[in-house]
Amino acid sequence: GLIEQLQVVERAKEAFLGGRTRPLEFRLQQLKALQRMITDRQTEISTALKQDLNRSQYDTPLLELISLENEIALAIEKLAEWAAPRPVEKNLLTLTDEVYIQPEPLGVVLIIGAWNYPWALTLSPLVGAIAAGNAAVVKPSELSEYSALLLRALLPRYLDKDLYPVITGGVSETQELLKQRFDHVFYTGSSAVGKLVMQAAAQHLTPVTLELGGKSPCYIDKNCDLRVACRRVTWGKFVNCGQTCIAPDYILCEPCIQGRVVEGIRQTLLEFYGADPKCSPDYGRIINQRHFSRIMGLMEGYTAVLGGQSDASQRYIAPTVLKDVPPQSRLMQEEIFGPLLPIVTVSDMDDAIRFINEREKPLALYIFCSDKKAVKRMIDETTSGGVTVNDVMMHCALSSLPFGGVGQSGMGRYHGRHTFDQLSHQRACLLRSLGMESVNLARYPPQDRHRARRARLALRSPMIDFSKRTFVWAVTATVIAFGLAIALLVILLIASGLNCTCFYWRGFYY
Amino acid sequence: MSEKEFPQVINRLRTTFRSGKTLPEEFRREQLSNLLSLVKDNEQLIIDAVYKDLRKPKFEAVLSEIEMCRNELYCAIDNFSSWMKPEYVSKHLAVKLDDCFVRREPLGVVLIIGAWNYPFQLILIPLIGAIAAGNCVIVKPSEVSAATESLIAELIPKYLSQDCYTVVCGGAEETKALLENRFDHIFYTGSQAVARSILQAASIHLTPVTLELGGKCPCLIYGRVNIAAAARRLVWSKFFNTGQSCVAPDYVLCTRDVRDALLPFLRETLEEFYSKEPQTNLDLGRIVTDRHWTRLMDLLHKSRGKVVLGGESHQEEKYIAPTVLVDVEEDDVLMEEEIFGPILPILTVESLEEGIDFINRKEKPLALYVFSEESSVVNTVMEKTSSGGFCSNDGMVHMTLPTLPFGGVGASGWGSYHGRWTFETFSHRRACMLRGWALERLNVLRYPPYTDNNLSLLCWTASAKKSWPSCSVM
Repeated sequence: GLIEQLQVVERAKEAFLGGRTRPLEFRLQQLKALQRMITDRQTEISTALKQDLNRSQYDTPLLELISLENEIALAIEKLAEWAAPRPVEKNLLTLTDEVYIQPEPLGVVLIIGAWNYPWALTLSPLVGAIAAGNAAVVKPSELSEYSALLLRALLPRYLDKDLYPVITGGVSETQELLKQRFDHVFYTGSSAVGKLVMQAAAQHLTPVTLELGGKSPCYIDKNCDLRVACRRVTWGKFVNCGQTCIAPDYILCEPCIQGRVVEGIRQTLLEFYGADPKCSPDYGRIINQRHFSRIMGLMEGYTAVLGGQSDASQRYIAPTVLKDVPPQSRLMQEEIFGPLLPIVTVSDMDDAIRFINEREKPLALYIFCSDKKAVKRMIDETTSGGVTVNDVMMHCALSSLPFGGVGQSGMGRYHGRHTFDQLSHQRACLLRSLGMESVNLARYPPQDRHRARRARLALRSPMIDFSKRTFVWAVTATVIAFGLAIALLVILLIASGLNCTCFYWRGFYY
Repeated sequence: MSEKEFPQVINRLRTTFRSGKTLPEEFRREQLSNLLSLVKDNEQLIIDAVYKDLRKPKFEAVLSEIEMCRNELYCAIDNFSSWMKPEYVSKHLAVKLDDCFVRREPLGVVLIIGAWNYPFQLILIPLIGAIAAGNCVIVKPSEVSAATESLIAELIPKYLSQDCYTVVCGGAEETKALLENRFDHIFYTGSQAVARSILQAASIHLTPVTLELGGKCPCLIYGRVNIAAAARRLVWSKFFNTGQSCVAPDYVLCTRDVRDALLPFLRETLEEFYSKEPQTNLDLGRIVTDRHWTRLMDLLHKSRGKVVLGGESHQEEKYIAPTVLVDVEEDDVLMEEEIFGPILPILTVESLEEGIDFINRKEKPLALYVFSEESSVVNTVMEKTSSGGFCSNDGMVHMTLPTLPFGGVGASGWGSYHGRWTFETFSHRRACMLRGWALERLNVLRYPPYTDNNLSLLCWTASAKKSWPSCSVM
């Protein structure tokens, strides 16, 4: 209940303040334990996912576990590097000082997971939280019920029970949890709830990371390999039954290729899921009845050109494509988060750019086009959390790329080192000595012109003037000085006799 | 400009932003150079304005308002084009042939709310980064420092493009009205109380924020230490700008012995710096308003500590002498909130651990200072505490280095800036992956119908690091 929740958070705080997350060895040990949990329990995790989302046994490792394992492996490999002090450039005043940025843990981080990739989206931030030396309260989504309960059972068996507790519950439990003070709140979910999370965190001036969503546009240019484009789009759209924050939400293309796009998708669907996707073990289901009804409602009034069938008892919606969808339709107002793929026609790439810019900044933008210049222009003239060109979702798969939204699609970023940095405080450190007081004298009162000038010089930054003229002069002077030094050396050698210094040539003469 | 005009102004800036005017490198360079000219041409006017607002001595004005801005401008002008460049990232096997990079993009229309204690710098430095990052900006200087506010309102339209950068003046009411509108980032310097309401307003539009707040910056003096030098640096950083700095050492923690050794040096230093008659000395500033003066005097009167240095004041002049108190306890009124004035309480602790525990019982401060010549002491304090920034054996200077991120943590703030960090604050880091059409055979591994073989192969390519540890040739 509520009291329990308070106690759990308090315990995490105390455990953090006790200091055991500080040593890197401890963090590595926890990360390795997490790694073991995923490897040992893969079957149970797959079963839970099948019950939650009818996730196929292949989709589980593919979509969730591989990336999680990679994140953990990367963190283990790089932890020492990430946690080390990062030196910075100095000015004249600080020339003999130690100046660096020290990453530090924030304290207790609250991680609120999502239901569509319940393991990846809840545990990936946890990896960074642990690596950064924080304690973390993990709140998995109650909609992916089986996964939440399994996580609650498993995590304490592998990780430190006090530092990384799991709290399950619904909306009211989450609201209560958010009234408590955390040092950071990491939320993955919808923009609507994101606002509430930020508002709740505002009470305590708690910083947040919000990984939200939106309608990710997918522009298909008439100048591209349409066959391959359709395959890639189909894969990205219908994997996890369209319930992916970075799934291509809708297609933008010119009317002249619309037919071919539909045909390309139709062929690919046949290839992927067979004639009846309901019977394919690889095709998922909608998470619950509410979302099922919501998605079916979006389709109302439109005739699908592909798919359209459904079965409420199984929460099954066939892979569905709708064409010539009007921009003001309900289908185009909210994030679909389901297996409906509307095609909206635009007159050309400029029209597509305008269409995209009229709307909220999306989490992802997809561009299928073979013309490099046109691609560059489209990237330059739009904005989004991330972009993948000529494919979908792949920018999320590279951990060296920061993953996050902008505007309504979110704030903050993570994956790989970025999670570590996001859940750390980058503390600016300047270590001086009490000597060299004479340099400091210039800044003290009583003040006069001479002191003022010296103080200004000491603080001037950058120390070295990189303007072209100075650079040329510096290089020339160095070359001349070098030349003079060599000349001097040669003269000295001649004066003292060459033989005794020519070790290199000795071999030749003796 | 009245409140009713705010939405129009913001729309105008948004339209300009959408037209792409602020994107080209040349435009940003031109604006930054103009800003540099603004600072160079109007040095005396700026000095006069901050003198009028805070009776800020010319030296302090030059160092903290002019010089810091010039450094930041040179840093930005010299480097922003490299900051703008795409950052290529390391790739694993599956994407080896693709273009993977991070693009820094402007956010749109950003709001910068300044503070009164360094009224020019606290507007200009964020503005530099916002311009360099390609945004349109609304600047809202603090109304408390009225002379600087009008100077900024006069100069910015003269030097910078009026389509892209606007100054809005006003008080709490106007700020509230301004915040009802939607921005792409809000940069606020000021107090925690106001920060909460700003964060509430920002959450409605999911606007990211940077909050540069304050707190009580502790100054620990412990172990073997050259007391004379420590005293000078402490006095300088405490009484600079009459103690009205967010990173001024708020209070001192030391043992009884150190305190007794410190006091004569504090007296000596104060006399050296500000003479025996500080009230007539031109190197000492004044409190910004009557209200703030009254607040400080109130604290001084209510405090149960003993005044050992200073204590004099003059209401009309808004003058308070550099004042030091001893025998201040943890529950004293002076220890409740940030002092923000020329009053220095000295609290005694028996040991380093006690000092560290004391600090950790309070909110995380914006800065933490330690004076000690023993590196073990310095390291212990650093490891066992947290703060926005940390400086040993000096005060405040860590914020003058543009390569260090300046910002708070916890109650002292969210986000950081200065130098490149300002540019990053006002940019969106967009992850880009440009793939080709080839290697569709590789992609096949991820498509249904799923098979065991495909899965193992895919695992191998995506986690190539493990199997090819040193293969950087590909």
